[in-house]
Order: sequence, then C-alpha cells, then structure tokens
Amino acid sequence: MLEITNLHANVGDKPILKGLTLSIPAGEVHAIMGPNGAGKSTLAHVLGGKPGYEVTEGSVTFRGQDLLALEPHERAAAGLFLGFQYPVEIPGVSNVQFLREALNAQRKARGEEPLSGGEFLKLAKDKAGLLKMDMEMLKRQVNVGFSGGEKKRAEMVQMGILDPAFAVLDETDSGLDIDALRIVGNGINAIMRSPDKAVLLITHYQRLLDVVAPDKVSILAGGRIVETGGPELALRLEAEGYDAVMA
Amino acid sequence: MGEAATLTLPTRRDEAWRYADMDALARLGAGALDQWQTVDVPAGESLMRCMIVGSDAPEVHRIRVTLGEGASAAFFVTNAGGDYTRVEVEVRLARGAHFEFGGVTIGGGDATREFVTQVTHAEPEATSNQTVRSVHWNSGIGNFLGEIKVARDAQKTDAAQDFKGLLLEAGASANAVPQLEIFADDVKCAHGATVGELDEGARFYMMARGVDPASAQRLLVQAFIGDAFVALEDEGERERLLEAALAALEGAKL
Repeated sequence: MLEITNLHANVGDKPILKGLTLSIPAGEVHAIMGPNGAGKSTLAHVLGGKPGYEVTEGSVTFRGQDLLALEPHERAAAGLFLGFQYPVEIPGVSNVQFLREALNAQRKARGEEPLSGGEFLKLAKDKAGLLKMDMEMLKRQVNVGFSGGEKKRAEMVQMGILDPAFAVLDETDSGLDIDALRIVGNGINAIMRSPDKAVLLITHYQRLLDVVAPDKVSILAGGRIVETGGPELALRLEAEGYDAVMA
Repeated sequence: MGEAATLTLPTRRDEAWRYADMDALARLGAGALDQWQTVDVPAGESLMRCMIVGSDAPEVHRIRVTLGEGASAAFFVTNAGGDYTRVEVEVRLARGAHFEFGGVTIGGGDATREFVTQVTHAEPEATSNQTVRSVHWNSGIGNFLGEIKVARDAQKTDAAQDFKGLLLEAGASANAVPQLEIFADDVKCAHGATVGELDEGARFYMMARGVDPASAQRLLVQAFIGDAFVALEDEGERERLLEAALAALEGAKL
C-alpha cells in the first residue's frame, strides 16, 4: 500500500531523512520506534506534505500514486490520514463544522455525494462513542480547551469519521493516561484493523503496542531504518534500550 | 458667500482623517461629507441596525446617535468596499445606556476601508463595546480609529474596544488608533489591538484532513471575523453580514 524508497528529506538546510526505505502492505500495522531526533516526526510530516519539509531524493508511492506530487488535501482524499503529535487548536471553528467540511471535501474529490447534516451527525456520534467521547465535545471549537488526552482521542474520532485507508499516527500515545491509552488503542484497532487498511504507528513505548499488536516493528535511527523485525523487537527495545539492540 | 463655498475637505492633520484616502475624498467632494444621518433612541428603547457597505466608488457614511437613559443601540457593519469606504459613528450615551458596535473591513486591491467611532459617555453607568476585525490582502488597508470620551461625572462607565487585523500577504496593512479621554475616576476602559497573519499550522491541519486551501482559508477567516458579530442575536442577519464579508474573500491570495 505504501512504498517508501531511499527517501531523503531536509528541514531547512538540515538533512534529517537519509535514505529511508520502508514497505507497508495492506492489512499490516507497522510500528516505528527510535531514539529522539532520529527523524520519526519528520517522516510523518513528509508523508503528510507539511510545508517546510523538502524531499531531496527518493520516492513515496501510495496505492500506486506518487504521493509526493499531491497537495496535503489531495493526500487526504487519496486515503491518507496523519494523526498529529500536537493537534492544532482552531478557535472559532467547531469540530462538527470542520469535520463535515473535511469529509465532504474528500467525498467530492472522490466523486461521491456529500453527507447531509443529519447523516454526518449520526456518523460522528457513532465514532465519538467508539472513543468514549461525549458529542458535546464535538460541538466545541477544534481542540480549544481540550486536555492532551482529549486532543488525542479527538484525533482518533476524526480518523473514525474520515475512515482512511492508511493512517500515519505520530506519537498518538503521548500524553495519555493508562485508561485513555487503552481507549485510543482499541479505537485504532476498531477503525484501522482491516485487510484493506494499514497503519504506520510512531511510538516510544511498548504500552500502546500491548493494545495495538503490531505485525512489524522497525527501528528508525539516523534518518534510516536500521532494523526490522516482529513484535519481539519492541519488547527487546523496551528491555535493553536502543544502544544495546542497535549495537 | 454660498454655504457650499465654506465647505472644505479635511486634511490628514485632522486626527479622525489620519489614514483616510485623500484622493478618494477629493473625488467625492466636500459636500458629501456634510451629510449626517441622525438616530435618536429614546429612554428605555433599543435599536439594532445591520449595514453592508462598499461599492466601486468612494463612500462615506456618517451617523450621529443619541441614546437616552437606559436606551441601547447596536450597529453591525460589513465594510467590503472596492474603493475608499468610511463608516463613522458618533454616539452620546445618557445614564445607563449601552452602545454595541461590531465591524468587519475586508478586501484586497488598494482600497482603504475604515471605521471611525467617537463614543461619548456623557452620564454615569453607561456601557459600550466595540469589536472590529480587518482582513486584507494585496495593498488593501483597514483602519479603526476609535475614540472613547468619558465625561467628568460619568462614573461607573464600562467601555471596551477590541481590534484585530489579519493580513493575508505582505503589502496589506491595518491601522488601529484607540484614543481614550477620561475625566471620571471610577471607570473601566479596556482596549486592545493586534495584527497578525493566518495561522499556517491551522491551515495545514485542515488540509491534512482534506479541506482544500481556499476552503481552509475561508473557514479560518470566518472564525476570525465572527467575533465582530457575536453580539448580533439575529442569526439571519449575522449570516447575511458574514456571507457579504466572505464573498469579498473570493480571489484573495491563498
């Protein structure tokens, strides 16, 4: 589903990704772990198309399309979802208005009919319930006044509503307490565990992987994938640390 | 000597005309400036007026409002002129009266759009609240010159003035000139002014969810200018003023 080949990317003049190659087929949850500064968030931002990240070499193919040639909103319509490490607050815009606009923009780009207000609210209520989030929260302004944990849960509600084929989740587990972690992990499973979907899960901790059992685990260090294995690799990292495992 | 001959155009030395477009005023002629609408709101009554102003020619709208005891007046204005467009409101508040003003200037090109208010708290316990939002691009200019006068015995006055400018590209500008003249000692007068750019983080966040750049900008601008019409309870009128402002946004720099 996603093929990243020899990806090099700069932030400003500084090279961060230095020849990253990774293939994620449909049906797979692939966890990426790695020390601070390895390039994990840069990878997420490059996949999402964030301005300020310059790809200098390599390619990313998503469902047969050249992902890097698409604008961020076109990537979303093509089925990519980027879960933000730091979800953005948008004063004056309600979650409901924002998400309905987003979903209908995606549907329009795919040649589908827009959802009516009623249809949208039903869908939103359903997905909010999955993440144990009150509908009243969705009527509030986007992420304004939300706690760190609420923002992450709201990200997953957004993912549920938009129903992407592929999700890049950048440290979705940071800022979550143990109960919220379980809710978010179960949400990821419910929304994304499917033979025709895939997930790239960026995380520092084993805890989320206990809930969302990954099929593969890769270590990202120095801007490239240095090792790939099964779930046992994450357990080894947790027990021994990056230095020991990468030595 | 005929009356017309005594009329002269203001100059930029006049504080209230400091950022005006003098060429446009000359085209309009001094006579056009001598036309004041007067609005008297008797004691205890209230008035609400919504205005959409602006065209391809210069416009000056001058309104003089007198509020009786406990009276209230609310003015909400979308100023989306394609040429110099000025809305000027002078208000005198008696005891316990309230004046509410919500204004939006929006536009590109090289036109100047401005609000000029003079709010006089002549008696005690009156309140006023003014909220102005300016959104401009190209070489567009938005101004808010807001003067608040509090008379010597107008104790317990509560007056607030809030301006925010949003510039979509370099070359556009926004000017805020708050002026407070306070002779009473037990009053609250708040004013604030900021000018900034569109939140690129918010725009990327919206695009990452599938919203196209123009729609993302429209949503963010809508949220920004919405503050000016928060106090407008008539939902239909609020929509009408917002739509007029957002229609002006078509073709703006992304």
